[in-house]
Amino acid sequence: MAQGTDNKKTGALSEFFKAFGRGFKDIGVTFAEGDWKTKLSYLIFGFGPLLRGQFVTGAALLACEALFIWFMTGFGWKYLSKIATLGTVATKKVGRKTVYGDNSFLILLFGVLAIFAVIALIAVWYINIRVNRKEELILKSGKKLPSNRDVIASLFDKNFDKTLLALPVTGIFIFTVLPIVFMILVAFTNYDKNHQSPTNLFTWVGFENFKNLVSFSGAGIGSTFVHVLLWTLVWAFFATFTNYFLGLAVAMLINKKGIKFQKLWRTILVMTIAVPQFVSLLYVMKMFANDGLINGYLLKWGIIKNYIPFWTDPVLARITIIVVNIWIGIPYMMLIATGLLMNIPEDLYESARIDGANPWQMFRSITLPYMLFVTGPFLLTQFTGNLNNFNVIYLLTQGKPQSVNLAEKAGNTDLLITWLYKMTVNDTNYRMAAVIGIMVFVVTAVISLVVYNMLPSVRDEEGFQ
Amino acid sequence: MKGSYKAKRTAGNVIAYIILILISIIWLFPFVGLVLQSFRSYATEYGGMVDYLVPKAFSLDNYKFLFDLSQTNYLLWYRNTIVIAFFVTLFQTIVVLCVSYALSRMRFTGRTFLMRFWLILGMFPGFLTMICLYFLLKQFGLTQAGAIPGLILVSVASSGMGYYVCKGYFDTIPKALDEAARIDGATRSKIFFVMTIPMSKPIIIYTALVAFMAPWCDYVFASYVAFGHDSSYNVAVGMTRWVWTNDYQGYFTRFCAGGVLVAIPVTLLFMFLQKYYVEGVTGGAVKG
Repeated sequence: MAQGTDNKKTGALSEFFKAFGRGFKDIGVTFAEGDWKTKLSYLIFGFGPLLRGQFVTGAALLACEALFIWFMTGFGWKYLSKIATLGTVATKKVGRKTVYGDNSFLILLFGVLAIFAVIALIAVWYINIRVNRKEELILKSGKKLPSNRDVIASLFDKNFDKTLLALPVTGIFIFTVLPIVFMILVAFTNYDKNHQSPTNLFTWVGFENFKNLVSFSGAGIGSTFVHVLLWTLVWAFFATFTNYFLGLAVAMLINKKGIKFQKLWRTILVMTIAVPQFVSLLYVMKMFANDGLINGYLLKWGIIKNYIPFWTDPVLARITIIVVNIWIGIPYMMLIATGLLMNIPEDLYESARIDGANPWQMFRSITLPYMLFVTGPFLLTQFTGNLNNFNVIYLLTQGKPQSVNLAEKAGNTDLLITWLYKMTVNDTNYRMAAVIGIMVFVVTAVISLVVYNMLPSVRDEEGFQ
Repeated sequence: MKGSYKAKRTAGNVIAYIILILISIIWLFPFVGLVLQSFRSYATEYGGMVDYLVPKAFSLDNYKFLFDLSQTNYLLWYRNTIVIAFFVTLFQTIVVLCVSYALSRMRFTGRTFLMRFWLILGMFPGFLTMICLYFLLKQFGLTQAGAIPGLILVSVASSGMGYYVCKGYFDTIPKALDEAARIDGATRSKIFFVMTIPMSKPIIIYTALVAFMAPWCDYVFASYVAFGHDSSYNVAVGMTRWVWTNDYQGYFTRFCAGGVLVAIPVTLLFMFLQKYYVEGVTGGAVKG
């Protein structure tokens, strides 16, 4: 198995380099064999197509180059040139006036953007060369070039994918890719509350933040990190599997022969999906509070003498969170399981019954294997979703109760993700937040990769069919 | 023999009914509590935490408070949330449909790369990019006072990555249909608009429903972008403060009333479209 993926990887890699080589060859051959229009296109994008009457293609290419030059001379270069130091001129107060110096944040952000712009320019340049080559070859073979109208029409037919994806891809680039790259880089700087732009500069510090994360002595937050990470994993495990099995059980209970009003039971359960979580979770949080309804009634009825510290005792808070999460999660699993349970052929159960199997045996050897097989990928996404289940934790406890043993204001029920949030919002400790974010990614990616390759439905697609 | 089997089954069903009734009580209790406590007056009784469920006197004081713009911006928050939810639903559905169609039906260079790349991007925690997005929006004046268009922009911009369920649905529409239409001279775009979209009603409704529900719960990013600007809060941000901040202790019943008003339309809509939701999640879960 591992051998296979390894081979595939080296295959892909050599394929990539081959493609790279071919690209360089293309560039050379086009230049050597091309006419003067093509040769000039190496400098002025789209020059060849424009002279050959391909106005749409040519203008688009030229516009890209113009946009790049405008961006770089306008402000791209100003920031890109300072990216090695992230700015050296600090903001000062001269008399009563503030003289602004370099803004490290903008230098990093627009510096990254400028690097992407350069990469994009190289890509456009290569496309521009390919277009020239293609046009020349068409003309050489004596055929006609497609008309401008054809070029535009192809955007709604052969090249419809480009039209459809242009905006979404741009959106994801600006609002997801760029910020993620930016934050990954922040993990290598000292951007925190003492180095806030625009009043203060921040700069590169190498791997110092990562060292801080795994250092267990002095000011290091290693032990806190391990503590939070372990709870995150424990939480994700329990949250996923309690919901899975209890949801399955409830679904089977409602599906049971002879049970009436199935729709009513389902609708009651589905309420927790329908009502916005911030309403239901905040209400439940108050219900379990020390002065909440549950403690109130238990005290009134004399069952307990003192209130039960559902949210203030570390162990109890964790248990309560998992229990409340069952309340939130069962309906979801119930919906999914209901549909799938109906797909299991009835005669499987029939023949098992004839062989004298009891319900538990039938569940063990028919229902469960089938469900696990079909919902393998779902379980995996649930698990990774729970690793980052911000809403349940934050709306219920905000990561509290606090602990004096934990650094960076982490609480006993904090997941990595809520810890990250608190660092960002409360402490503006962006450098460590970025490191934690990268760790969340690493944990998610490793678990996904390992589990995905172990899933029976991935290893054996034909099973159960 | 047969008799005992039947008796066993009736006994089993009785137990099942008892369990189901218990479950129903547990599941409905918080919602019943929410509604009941929303009728407890903050003025004449007490607006904070008490140890009884049914108010001593029913009153609409909490609701009157919510509708009074001179006391609270609740109506503004409500309007903001509806505006955000409406536009996010509209644009997100369009974006998801476009991306799903392109990835399901067209084969182009970089297709698998794009899908893998987005899958990896999705593994980064969303809040990581929060401050960066905040400053990006600030550059365009889309924070605080302009938070609403800002929030719409951010939600819509990255919605293309949530194409899985919809693409899975498109994959089940036979390709032979597309090919037949193409032989008849239909362009890709015509197939998309005239054939695929009308055939995809369930998945469009599912996508729109999920998109509509999300902004009602958006606390994290909304509170960050609208920070300190009360009139651009959404309901989640505004009302969460009533519960968390200690000065607002007496606001608990008002939170309940506000919660009821938020929950009613969203829940009704959800119940009404439940069928499509179930179809969507089940399909999504099986295909992964």
